[in-house]
Amino acid sequence: MGNSRRVEILVGLFVAAGLAALFFLAMKASNLSTYDAGDGFEVTARFDNIGGLTVRSPVKVAGVTVGRVAGVEYDMETFQAVVRLDIESQYDQLPRDTSASIFTSGLLGEQYVALEPGAAMEPLADGDEIRITQSSLVLEQLIGQFLYNKAAE
Amino acid sequence: MLEWLGDRLAALGRWGLAAGQRLGRGTLFLLATLWALPGLLLRPGLVVAQLYSVGVLSLLIIVVSGGFVGMVLGLQGYNTLVGFGAEQSLGVVVALSLVRELGPVVAALLFAGRAGSSLAAEIGLMKATEQLSGMEMMAVDPMSRVIAPRFLAGVLAMPLLAAIFSVVGIGGGFAVGVGLLGVDPGAFWSQIQDKVDVFEDVANGVIKSVVFGFVAAWIAVFEGYDCRPTSEGVNRATTRTVVHTSLAVLGLDFVLTALMFGE
Repeated sequence: MGNSRRVEILVGLFVAAGLAALFFLAMKASNLSTYDAGDGFEVTARFDNIGGLTVRSPVKVAGVTVGRVAGVEYDMETFQAVVRLDIESQYDQLPRDTSASIFTSGLLGEQYVALEPGAAMEPLADGDEIRITQSSLVLEQLIGQFLYNKAAE
Repeated sequence: MLEWLGDRLAALGRWGLAAGQRLGRGTLFLLATLWALPGLLLRPGLVVAQLYSVGVLSLLIIVVSGGFVGMVLGLQGYNTLVGFGAEQSLGVVVALSLVRELGPVVAALLFAGRAGSSLAAEIGLMKATEQLSGMEMMAVDPMSRVIAPRFLAGVLAMPLLAAIFSVVGIGGGFAVGVGLLGVDPGAFWSQIQDKVDVFEDVANGVIKSVVFGFVAAWIAVFEGYDCRPTSEGVNRATTRTVVHTSLAVLGLDFVLTALMFGE
């Protein structure tokens, strides 16, 4: 009897360790902790070029992540990319004339949307569109311009 | 010449028929095993005993291999990443390769060698020494008494073992990357949390390990049950369990990866 109790305790420990490992993978080693509860609000922004921006790229204000890119679509009529930004509900005091730019973190890092708060009194609300946007800088275009200017000198 | 060709064709046909028959027997056997599973609710002790021999006793090899695989990933990943000045991403490299691929696959291969072979040998010996027929004589159904608990224990143990493998591996990568090579621990974890997706990566890895556990346990109990009741038959069943499980796991891994991450 004592032997079978020992087996049961060891199996219990094994199952507990396995579940703890799964829990660890879900909470600590992945982005579950950064998933918001879905109570954020959504604004859109139009860009001429989004570079390497993808769904779930971060949205930052002053370097602090306040939301994620929820979707990227292409508008056939204006030939622009429409980016939907999902912003957490606690950051609902962004001014209406906030501008959005696409930057790269580091030289080879991922791309993110940087919001620059404006001066308007009323805040951004769900479904609003950010009017002032700046596209991502494409390295090849920059180099091309640089060479072109050099050649013109 | 014609006769020789006919003989070869007949041999090929015999082989094909035998393979088809085996596949059919295996499927029927699986259905019978699944049918016997609900009966285990009355006797959970049988599954616990098998979880001990299949899961707890496999822990040592899983933990040690996981640690070393993680450490090697840390060393190799660092050497490549440092060339791009991207050694901060070491955590992502280690965690993604473990959670998506190496955790489920290597754990399943070790599981086949450690637990699958012993399951097949045990059941095969039971058959060779006519314990299974003895049970039937006593009106005890060997399917629900012997096969189903072992099968269920394999299916349950595999995802847990794979998760433990991945976590220990990430720990190994952390030890080498942060302790030995001087990667910033904050960047190590924040990059992992940023890039590893719960559903896309972790959940898919768990699905993989469940599938592998199902296949590994199925092959092991079937090979044991279907073996010729001689010492040579048990020997071949054990070998076939390891070989077939490894092949099935690697093949299925490709299919599952293509389905999950192929887009």
